[in-house]
Amino acid sequence: MADIKVRIAKRVAKELKDGDVVNLGIGLPTMVSDYLPEGVTVTLHSENGFTGLDAAAEEGKEDVDIINSGGAYVTAVPWVNYFDTATSFGIIRGGHVDATILGAMQVAENGDLANWIIPGKKVAGMGGAMDLVSGAKEVIIAMTHTQKGNHKILEKCTLPLTAEKCVNLIVTEMGVMKVTDEGLVVTELHPDYTKEDIQAATGCKLIFADDLKPMEEE
Amino acid sequence: MINKVITADEAVAGVKDGMTIMVGGFLGTGSPEILMDALVRKGVKHLTVIANDGGLDQGQYGARTPRGVGKLLEHHMVDHIIASHLGVNPKLNEQFAEGTLTYTLVPQGTLAEKIRAAAYGLGGVLTPTGLGTPMETEKDELGRDKEVIEIDGKRYLLERPLHADYAFCRATIADTFGNFMCAKATKNFNYPMAGAADKVIVATEKLVEVGEVDPDTFAISGVLVDSVVGGEERWQI
Repeated sequence: MADIKVRIAKRVAKELKDGDVVNLGIGLPTMVSDYLPEGVTVTLHSENGFTGLDAAAEEGKEDVDIINSGGAYVTAVPWVNYFDTATSFGIIRGGHVDATILGAMQVAENGDLANWIIPGKKVAGMGGAMDLVSGAKEVIIAMTHTQKGNHKILEKCTLPLTAEKCVNLIVTEMGVMKVTDEGLVVTELHPDYTKEDIQAATGCKLIFADDLKPMEEE
Repeated sequence: MINKVITADEAVAGVKDGMTIMVGGFLGTGSPEILMDALVRKGVKHLTVIANDGGLDQGQYGARTPRGVGKLLEHHMVDHIIASHLGVNPKLNEQFAEGTLTYTLVPQGTLAEKIRAAAYGLGGVLTPTGLGTPMETEKDELGRDKEVIEIDGKRYLLERPLHADYAFCRATIADTFGNFMCAKATKNFNYPMAGAADKVIVATEKLVEVGEVDPDTFAISGVLVDSVVGGEERWQI
């Protein structure tokens, strides 16, 4: 499992370009910053109020005025800028965040995303997720392909949506899929799996790119 | 009046059962702790709270006591909470399950803009956030239907202003007139909430005289602030 997460994080990291402003969701997406290609420096946006998130703070050296959006004490890069919530979400909604990388409970073939609520379960709330996926220029989903064998990539989401038609790219341990007007196009397939494997693990019809490539480990 | 300094107990003296209050902070960071403590001492009930979240419970992220709104939840002082995230402080889901607390969820960026709209005289804001989700189909915090407005071919949700009886903010430095600033990631909702309530109270770590520091130190004008309370302590973990 750990290897699968690393594989996904490494592949997502390749989508990022030098100078990008990026917001990383909690969990697997936070691993992406550990695998940035050489020469690529991104500025991480932390929606609770700054651009220039660095890393987890060392125990005993925490600055209690700096937390990330999950509430953990963190450090900042030298070009950090701090702002209030209205400005933070203005930066998101205004299209100044190049990419947001987050997990999903369900994604539909048209790019609909559900990742904030399971009715009847503990109430958590959307936090900044709805603003992020409607505002960021590119929405990349980094997740395991299925949940305990159940399909997560579907014709239509059954859970309440986070936003309509917002997802651009899905990266799982099985491959890389692009959301297009024609449907979900597999552009890379991991060598451990066949076309039949990835189709069987998916709840909607997949289109395989003419120039389908192997999903690289490195 | 250029000296607005009062005590925490004086600052909350006018808060009555059933009022709506706003509280700055994000998972406790940037929350006005001494004002929450004063509200607990006063023992008001049936509050509606507008905040990003439910603060922290004792023990979370090294919190030695409940933090921010967590203090009000600890003492069952809240009937309804309007927030963007309710998953961290376990007191929230406990009280939802008991039926003593209800909630309205608002996306974080929308929550900030609804508050800012109330502070700065806007009739509402138009945002694409929430289209196609329960935010479009469910009623708002006052039971009103959401309205979709099309501008130049693009759809937006109309989100109405969110105003409170009291706003409780935390500052790192404030002067006696109420000009204030918040360090680093403690700004969060403290800036938009200043001005969004009938009474705005700022509790500050460092309290200076008027003219004592460079005016450019301050991000928020004291004209938006009714009272200033000194004695806020830096959070200890």
